[in-house]
Amino acid sequence: MLEVYTSIANTGLFPYAWLMVVIPAAVAGLLLICGKVTNSFGHFIATLAPIASFTFAVIYFVELLGYPEMERAVNLDFYTWIAAGSWQIDIGMLIDPLSILFVLLITGVGSIIHIYSIGYMAHDPNRRRFFAYLNLFIAAMLILVLANNYLVLFIGWEGVGLASYLLISFWQERPSAAAAGKKAFVMNRVGDLGLLMAAFTMLAMFSSTSFADVHAGAPSLSVGWATFIGFMLLLAACGKSAQVPLQAWLLDAMEGPTPVSALIHAATMVTAGVYLVVRAGVIFEQAPAAQLAVAIVGTVTLLVGAWIGCSKDDIKKVLAGSTMSQIGYMMLAAGIGPAGYAFAIFHLLTHGFFKANMFLGAGSVMHGMNDDVNMRHYGALRKLMPITFITFGIGYLAIIGFPFFAGFYSKDHIIEAAFHAQPALGVLALIGAGVTAFYMTRLMIMTFTSSSRWRKEVHPHESPAVMWIPLVLLAIGSLIGGMVLNGWIGSWLSSIGAETPEHMTWLPEITVIGGITFAVVVLGAVLAWLVFGRKPVPDEAPEKVSIFTTIGRNDLFGDAVNDYLVVKPASLLSRGVALTDEKGIDPATEGTGWLVQAIGDKVRLIQNGYVRTYGLTLAIGVVLIGLALVLSRLV
Amino acid sequence: MTPDFITPVLDYLLLAPFLIVLGAACVGILVEAFVPRGGRFYTQVVVSVLGLVSALGVILWRWGSDGQGLIDPWKDNIVTGTLIIDGPAQVFWTIIFGFGLIAVISFAERRVHAGATAFTPTAAAIPGSKAESEAAQAGLIHSEIFPLALFSMAGMAMLVSANDLLMLFLGLEILSLPLYVMVGMSRHRRLVSQEAALKYFLLGAAASAIFLFGVAFLFGYSGSFAYDRLVETITFTSGGEGLLLGGIGLIGVGLLFKIGAVPFHSWVPDVYQGAPTPVTAFMSICTKAAAVGGFLRLFYVALGGFRWTWQPIFAGVAILTIFVGAIIAINQKDIKRVLAYSAITHAGFILVPLVGASTMDTGLIDGQAGSVASIMFYLVAYGFAAIGAFSIVSLVRKQGHEITDLSAWAGVGKRNPFVSVLFVIFLLSMAGIPLTAGFVGKFAAFAAAWQGGFAWLALAAILGAIIAVYIYIRVIQVMFFTEPDEGADEVELAVPGVATWIVLTVCMLGTIGLGLVPGPLLELLQNASAFIIPAK
Repeated sequence: MLEVYTSIANTGLFPYAWLMVVIPAAVAGLLLICGKVTNSFGHFIATLAPIASFTFAVIYFVELLGYPEMERAVNLDFYTWIAAGSWQIDIGMLIDPLSILFVLLITGVGSIIHIYSIGYMAHDPNRRRFFAYLNLFIAAMLILVLANNYLVLFIGWEGVGLASYLLISFWQERPSAAAAGKKAFVMNRVGDLGLLMAAFTMLAMFSSTSFADVHAGAPSLSVGWATFIGFMLLLAACGKSAQVPLQAWLLDAMEGPTPVSALIHAATMVTAGVYLVVRAGVIFEQAPAAQLAVAIVGTVTLLVGAWIGCSKDDIKKVLAGSTMSQIGYMMLAAGIGPAGYAFAIFHLLTHGFFKANMFLGAGSVMHGMNDDVNMRHYGALRKLMPITFITFGIGYLAIIGFPFFAGFYSKDHIIEAAFHAQPALGVLALIGAGVTAFYMTRLMIMTFTSSSRWRKEVHPHESPAVMWIPLVLLAIGSLIGGMVLNGWIGSWLSSIGAETPEHMTWLPEITVIGGITFAVVVLGAVLAWLVFGRKPVPDEAPEKVSIFTTIGRNDLFGDAVNDYLVVKPASLLSRGVALTDEKGIDPATEGTGWLVQAIGDKVRLIQNGYVRTYGLTLAIGVVLIGLALVLSRLV
Repeated sequence: MTPDFITPVLDYLLLAPFLIVLGAACVGILVEAFVPRGGRFYTQVVVSVLGLVSALGVILWRWGSDGQGLIDPWKDNIVTGTLIIDGPAQVFWTIIFGFGLIAVISFAERRVHAGATAFTPTAAAIPGSKAESEAAQAGLIHSEIFPLALFSMAGMAMLVSANDLLMLFLGLEILSLPLYVMVGMSRHRRLVSQEAALKYFLLGAAASAIFLFGVAFLFGYSGSFAYDRLVETITFTSGGEGLLLGGIGLIGVGLLFKIGAVPFHSWVPDVYQGAPTPVTAFMSICTKAAAVGGFLRLFYVALGGFRWTWQPIFAGVAILTIFVGAIIAINQKDIKRVLAYSAITHAGFILVPLVGASTMDTGLIDGQAGSVASIMFYLVAYGFAAIGAFSIVSLVRKQGHEITDLSAWAGVGKRNPFVSVLFVIFLLSMAGIPLTAGFVGKFAAFAAAWQGGFAWLALAAILGAIIAVYIYIRVIQVMFFTEPDEGADEVELAVPGVATWIVLTVCMLGTIGLGLVPGPLLELLQNASAFIIPAK
C-alpha cells in the first residue's frame, strides 16, 4: 500500500506548522542564552511552549478529520537543504495521520509533564536549565516525527539523543548520572550508524530520502537491498528504543530526573524506533527477513524486559524494564506487518498514557520519601498518598490489561495478531502478559500495600496539586484511552498502510485468545500476591535468591555482554594501536612532562632518536605505497 | 627540436591577490626593520590584515564581476605555463587567505596573555637562559610572525595554482620554511616548541626530498615538468610505466605528508602540541587546504589518466587515516593532541571524496556530487570549527599559562558557559552532528565518493565518523560532567580580547550558518570546481 500525499493543499494554517517546532526551540535558546535573568519565570514560558504546540496540533488534527480517509496528508517543503549532484535533501514536514498522532502525544503528555516538573523541580538550583533542555527535547522530537524525509528525521533523531544525554546527566554531581548519560549517547551512536547507512543506501537507490520517493520506489526494490535497508533501520530502532541487543542504556538512564524518565524514556523518545519501523513499513514488506527480525527482536525484548522488571527493587528500574517490555510488544506488532501497524501505534499511545502516569506516580512517591527509590523502604503508602495510589492503580490496571482499561485493548490486539501471524510468537507474547501482571503486582504490593518499612526521618505525604493534577489527567487517559481509540484507530491509520478489521468498537470482541490472555494475567497477579503479599517484605534484598533473580538483577548481564563483545575488544584495539604509535613511534604524551624540565644534551639525544623513528615510519610508508603500486600493476 | 619561445600572457589583475600577499609580506619585513619598536606590532597587524583583506577583495570582486556571481571556468583563467588560475584555484585562494586572515587576527590577541602575545619575545635566546627572562621582563613583543605567515600563505597560493611540477615544489617549500620557524616560536614551554619545530623541519625536509625524487621520476617519464606534457605522455605513449609509478608514489607521499595522512602523520601530534596554539590553528586548516589543493590538481589533471592505479591505494590510505586517527585520539590525555589526531581523522575524510571522483579532469559529472566541490566545502566547514576550537584552547589557563592537559579541563564548562557552549558547537561540527557545517561537509564528501563508485569507502567512512564522535563527546564529558580533583589548582578561562571575540563570532556564524543553509555555498563551489586542463 502506498501513502497518499499532497491531497490537501498547503493552505490555511498548515504553512505555519513549523511554529510547532520553532516555539519550543526558541524558548530553549532564550532560557540558555539569557541565563539567570530568566530564572524566576523561565519555567512558565517553557511550560507554555509545548502547550502552544499542542494547540496547533489539535487544530491540524481537527482539520485532517474533515477530509476523506485517503486524502489526509499535507506535505510542506521549506527549502533545499543539501543538493549533492542528483541527491537532493529538502527541509520539509509531513502532517499525516501517523505524524499528527505522535505530535498530539508528544505535546500533550509533554505539556502535562512540564506542569508536573514545575512542582517536582521547584527546589532544584538548575531548574531553568532543566526546562530549557526539556523544550529542546520537545523541539527535536517534533522534528523527528514531522520530518518528511529520512535525513531530516535524522536531525531530530540526533537532537533527541543529545537532549536525552543532557537530561540523563542532569544531576552531574552524581558520577553515576554522568556515566549513564555517556553510555546512552555511545550506545545510541550504534543506532545512528544504522539510520545513516539506511539513508545513504536510499539515496543511492532513489536519489532521495523523502518518504514519498522512497515509499513509491520501494515495491520495485530488490529484496537484497530492501533487506539491507531493513536491517539497518532495525539497528537504528534497537538503539533508540532500547531493544535487545542495545537495551542496556535504558536502565542506567533512570539516573535522570523522574519527569525525564516519564517523558523521554517512557512515553516518547524510546518509541521513536517503533515510529521508524511503521513509517518504513513499505520497505519492510519488501524484505520478509528484516520484518521477521523486527518481530523476533520485539518478542525477545518483551520477555527480557519483563524478566528484569521482576527482580529489581528500584521502582524506576522496574518501570524501565517494563518500558522495554512494552516497546517489545510494539515492535512485535510492527514486525507482523500491515495487520499490526495500527496496533503498534495504538499500544504506543496507550502506553504513553499509562507509563507516563506511573513514572510520574513513582516520582510523586519518591517526592514523599526523600528521593528514596528502593521499594523495600516503601510500603503502606496507599493511605498517606491516596491520589497517587488511585492514579497509579489505574495505570497498573491499564498495563496488565485489565478489561476496559487502556492497555487491555491494545495489548490483546497485539497478542491476537501475533497468534495469527506466527503462533510461537503469540505464545511468548502471552507469557509476557502474565509476567507483566506478576511484576506490576509485586510493585503495587511493595509500594502501596504491605506494612510500612520507611527509613527514619521519612514522613510520606501527598504531593502538591501541581503534581497530582497531571497524575489525574494521565490516569483519565489510562482509563478511557483504549475505549475511545479502539473503534477508530484502525481506519484512521489505514492511509499509512495499516490493515485492520473493520468492525472494532469500544466493546471488545470476546475471543478464545482474549479469554486465555485474561486468565494468564489473573494467574500472574495472583501468583505475585501468593509470593509477596502474604508475608512481610524483607527490608534488605535477600542474598540467597534463585538463579533467575540473580540474572534479572544483573539486567541479564547486558553490561557484561557489551563489555566482552564491544568495550573490551575496542579498548584493547585502541590501546594496541596507541601503543605502536605512542610507545614505539610517538612517545611524546608520556614524555612531555619531564621533557619540559629536562635541559641539555640528554634531551636532544633522545629527541634525535625519535625523529629517526619518525623518519623510519615515513620510509616504511613509502615502501608500502610503492609495493601497493607495483602489486596493483601485477594483479 | 627547440620549442618556440612563447611570451607568457600575464593578467596582473588575476595574479593580483597572490602578488598583494607576497608584497604585504615584504612590507612586513621592512616594517620590522624600520618602524620603531613601540608601534611595530600594530603596524604589522594592520599591514597583514590589509594585505589579506585586499587580496580577498580582488578575488571576490572578480568573482562577482561577470554578473552571475560565479566563475566562468573558460573565461576567468590565465595559463602562463607554470601557474594556472581557474575556479578551484580561486576558491582555494579564498579559503587560504580567508582562514589565514582569521588566524592572523588570532595572532594579535594580547589580552589573554596579559599584554604579551602567544609568541616568544626572543626567538634566538636559549630557553631558560638569562637573556630570555630579561626579554620577558622587559615586555618585549616580537612581530615577525605576521610576515612569516604571509610568506607561508603566498607559498600555499602558489601550491594550489601550480601547473608545473617545479612550481608545485616551490610552493611546497615556500609554505613550509616559514612554518618551521613559526612552530618554534611559542612563548611558554619553549623546549617543546623548539623540539616540535626541529622535528617538523627534519621530517619536512625528508618529505621534500622524497617529493623531489618523485618529480625527477616524472620528469624522466615525460621529459617535462609541465602537467600538459604529463597528460599527453600518459594518453599517447606506452612503456616507461616504472618511472610513472615511482613518480606517483613518491610525489604522493610528499603531499600526503603535508596533509597529515597515515602513515605519514607522525609529526602531526608533536607539532600541533608544540606549536603556539594560534599557529596550530593556522596550520590545521591553511596548510591542509593548500596541500589538498595541490594534490587535487596534480592527481586529477596531470595524473587523471592513471587513476585506476592510484585510486585504490589512496582509498586504503583514507581508511587507515580515518581509523588510526580516531582510535588513537580516544586515548589522548592532552587536548591539543586530541585535536591533532582529530585533524588526522579529518584528513582521512577529505581523502574519501578525493578518491571517489568519477571523472578526473574536473571531478564533475552532470547530476553528480562533485568531489572537488565537496572537498572545498569540507575544508571550509572544518576550518571554522578548527580555528574556533583552537582559539578557545588558548583561553584555558592556569597561573597565566595555557593548560592543555585534559584532566585539568574538568569542569571548565561551568567557568564561562557561553564560551564553553561555543566550544561544544565547534566540537559537534567536527563530529558531524546535523545542523552544523560539519554534518553537511561529511554528507557531501560521502555522497561524492558514493556517486563516484566508491560506495564501500563511503560506508566505511560513515562507520569511522561514528567512532570519531566519541573523541569529541569525551572532551565535552570532561568539560561539563566531570568534577575537578580536590585540591587541584584553579583552572581559569581567560576573558577573550577583541581579537579572539572576532575569531569566535566568525567561526560560530560560519559553523551554524553553513549547517542550516549550506545550499548557496555548495552551489557556488559546484560551479567553481572545474579544473582547467590546458592543451589537451
